[in-house]
Amino acid sequence: MEALKQTRHIGFWTGIVFFALMAVLAIALESSSGGNTWLRTLNNIGIFTALALSLNIILGQTGLFNMGHIAFFALGAYVTAVLNSVLGWPIIYTLPFAACITALFAFVVALPVIHLRGDYLLVVTIGISEILRIAFVNDIFGLTQGPNGITGIQRIELFGYRFMSQFAQFYLIWGFVAITACLFYFLEHSRFGRALNYIKYDEVAASGNGVNIVRYKLIAFALGAFWAGMVGTIYAPFIRTISPGLFEFKESVLLFAIVILAGGGNIVGIVLASFLLVGMRDVLTMFGDWSMLLFGLMMVVIMIIRPQGIMKPRRRQYNAGHLVGKFPSGIGKKAGLSAGNQAEVVE
Amino acid sequence: MSLLSLQNVIKKFGGLTAVNDVSFTVDEQSVVGLIGPNGAGKTTVFNLITGNYAPLSGTVTFRGQVINGQKPYKIVQQGIARTFQNIRLFQQMSLLENVLAGRHCRMHAGLFASMFCLPWQQREEKSAVERAMQELAFVGLDAGYDNEAGNLSYGNQRLLEIARALATDPKLIILDEPAGGMNDQETAALTELIAAIQKRGITVLLIEHDMNLVMNICQKLVVLEYGAKIAEGTPEEIKSNPKVIEAYLGTSDDE
Amino acid sequence: MDIFITQLSNGLAIGSIYALVALGYTMVYGILRLINFAHGDLFTIGAYFGLTILVSFALQGNVSPLIIPWILIIMAAIGVAIIGFLLERVAYRPLRNANRLAAVVSAFGASIFFANALKLIYSPNRQSYPADIINLPNIPIFGVDIQSKRLIMFGTAVLLMALLYWYINHTRTGTAIRAVAIDQGAAKLMGINVNKIISLVFIIGPALGGAAGVLMGLFYGQIHPEMGFSFGLKAFVAAIIGGIGNIPGAMLGGLLLGVVEAIAGGYVSGSWKDAIAFGALIVILIFRPTGILGERVADKI
Repeated sequence: MEALKQTRHIGFWTGIVFFALMAVLAIALESSSGGNTWLRTLNNIGIFTALALSLNIILGQTGLFNMGHIAFFALGAYVTAVLNSVLGWPIIYTLPFAACITALFAFVVALPVIHLRGDYLLVVTIGISEILRIAFVNDIFGLTQGPNGITGIQRIELFGYRFMSQFAQFYLIWGFVAITACLFYFLEHSRFGRALNYIKYDEVAASGNGVNIVRYKLIAFALGAFWAGMVGTIYAPFIRTISPGLFEFKESVLLFAIVILAGGGNIVGIVLASFLLVGMRDVLTMFGDWSMLLFGLMMVVIMIIRPQGIMKPRRRQYNAGHLVGKFPSGIGKKAGLSAGNQAEVVE
Repeated sequence: MSLLSLQNVIKKFGGLTAVNDVSFTVDEQSVVGLIGPNGAGKTTVFNLITGNYAPLSGTVTFRGQVINGQKPYKIVQQGIARTFQNIRLFQQMSLLENVLAGRHCRMHAGLFASMFCLPWQQREEKSAVERAMQELAFVGLDAGYDNEAGNLSYGNQRLLEIARALATDPKLIILDEPAGGMNDQETAALTELIAAIQKRGITVLLIEHDMNLVMNICQKLVVLEYGAKIAEGTPEEIKSNPKVIEAYLGTSDDE
Repeated sequence: MDIFITQLSNGLAIGSIYALVALGYTMVYGILRLINFAHGDLFTIGAYFGLTILVSFALQGNVSPLIIPWILIIMAAIGVAIIGFLLERVAYRPLRNANRLAAVVSAFGASIFFANALKLIYSPNRQSYPADIINLPNIPIFGVDIQSKRLIMFGTAVLLMALLYWYINHTRTGTAIRAVAIDQGAAKLMGINVNKIISLVFIIGPALGGAAGVLMGLFYGQIHPEMGFSFGLKAFVAAIIGGIGNIPGAMLGGLLLGVVEAIAGGYVSGSWKDAIAFGALIVILIFRPTGILGERVADKI
């Protein structure tokens, strides 16, 4: 593929190896007794990984403090649930609708507030997600059935195959994660992905180089929401009953923590952080009443140990070594600024 | 016809008139210097040209089109690139990616093409990388293309900003104190570089406090004081202009 | 009109509590640019401390009902101040030079920890302050009977805020706090011990939060371990509305939020009350991007 010639895609191959190992692990778990519980945990992690990847576009790549991402997930899940249980659509047809409605919602609510700085945007996104959740609780338009939520959501059916067991859903969920990681990886290594980073690091310089800040921020929001809407569509048939209690603010916090812990928008970091935080939350339930206390403590401890995140933000690698020295300089070598041409040491 | 012209431009911040009725023109393929004491409003004039500020009144005309009031990203597309007085590089990104930022406005790949690696998007990336390397080589920084921009010396950071601006295919490049923080040797190299930029057919407008540099390379100077233009002319005319001498040295009865 | 005055008095009473809690958010933010999301839980801890002191010292019946609130407020404030001080040492100081958001995540961790510690120590269920601690007749204002405990609550909160305002603006230490908020580096060069000031802020803010928790318990009765999460969130919203980092702004924001919420609850619907509070926040930020009293910061180009 042309893309692989352009840049040295180490992360890309890491990803392929990782997903291959996951597939083997699932087969091993399926054939072992008690493996189903672990598959369920892995599926949970998969859902959150996909969600965190979508939040990463907004928070990790563009630097927009979105702490209400769960709202987009919730909206996607509710659209699918309503279309499926009220209108009887098969789940797979609800996917584009859930994604588009969620993206449209994100675009419309982000439009008036996109210019807000850092923490102000953070509190507004919290507000938006809380308003949406309250609307679900209050049975808005008579569609969401209040605090008890929507029950009896059908399983996903593809080409006549119904994804019922945890094992089957594992492939569905992690397949989606793999596709997401791959597409977002390409996106990151492109003009579009770079533009998001330019905005994150310096808006004035980005705009001074021709990046339309407002446009890119809105697209980042809409894209993240679009994806969260799709994850919601996979999630609704996975747990079969959705209610506002599943989409509380603390879930947004968890997603936010995953992206921060990942370190600078790093995709590999997102996967690892999802395993660490979501896996830990699932595993800690064995401590009963103490589980959440320990989880909170672990969050503090992990941040203190790795304040910069699990992974370092990887700089994109470009295959440009063969171009060094090929082009003329505007400065004669005698002038002496060419010191910059050697690798620089800064203490 | 002149490439850029400012007519009766006024900008106020609250009660303060930062730019007061300034008019001047920049001819194609010339090097023009904007000089004046600190706080004279030079950078504000630059910000008015590049769209970071909108003037209260007056017009900024570029290649026959009125551009004031447009957003910075639109103005770059029309061919005005700039560097910043207090260097604004993407510190955590590589030299190459910084210069690629300049290519942004000349590329077309959007969300869809990027995500699915369409063949034309890949070709565009490839040629953008080549072009960026060309600009890095032009300022003499191509060997370290993969280094982090924040690790460069001050002087080289200024050069990198120039490379980034050149990558936008500008007709006019605006340099805000390009020699700031440079030693004599570096400044000599910069002088050479600006001449080379001019040779490429790109017009240069710069703010600079280094009078040697300014007098050497500029064909025309515009002098600002307290936001107003007090003189305009060739370096020789400016050197002997009594108003300019007064602005820089103060009147004798100040002593 | 009667409904309006009743709701207005309810709004001002709850708003004064929001304001007290918002002060803790705004002071910490002003100095560290950190949103201390565990602050809401410090408020809850204050409420539980108050209850424990009330019950274990058998204050009711033995001490005059007019003194009880003050004993509870002072003791709870001291207890919560100690926890706030430790919180900063353990969870935030190691992250002082890290990415700002790392400290935010740590704050959430601390918040989860506190809420669940309360669940383990007390119980996950609601608990009640005795209903009859302060029994005074209603007071008629504009022909409407206002519960006197609302007035006492409002008065106490306003008194505490006035004390803080005086302390910040008219003492040497207060001046140091303001200096650190404006420029830590310069404050250090002027001989101010910045670490000490930060610790002090993590004592004052939580003390006010703890006092607010006691007032909440005394005048609304019911408390539960997770109330700090949503209450803290709203107090934070109040701080943002007023302009975060700005002390009078937090007071104004708290009262405003309380009133908006009470009137919305009275006229529209109780179940949409919170949504209306958040809606008000969004509308205010659209028109005043840095809050009502917040300064506008322009990018230096």
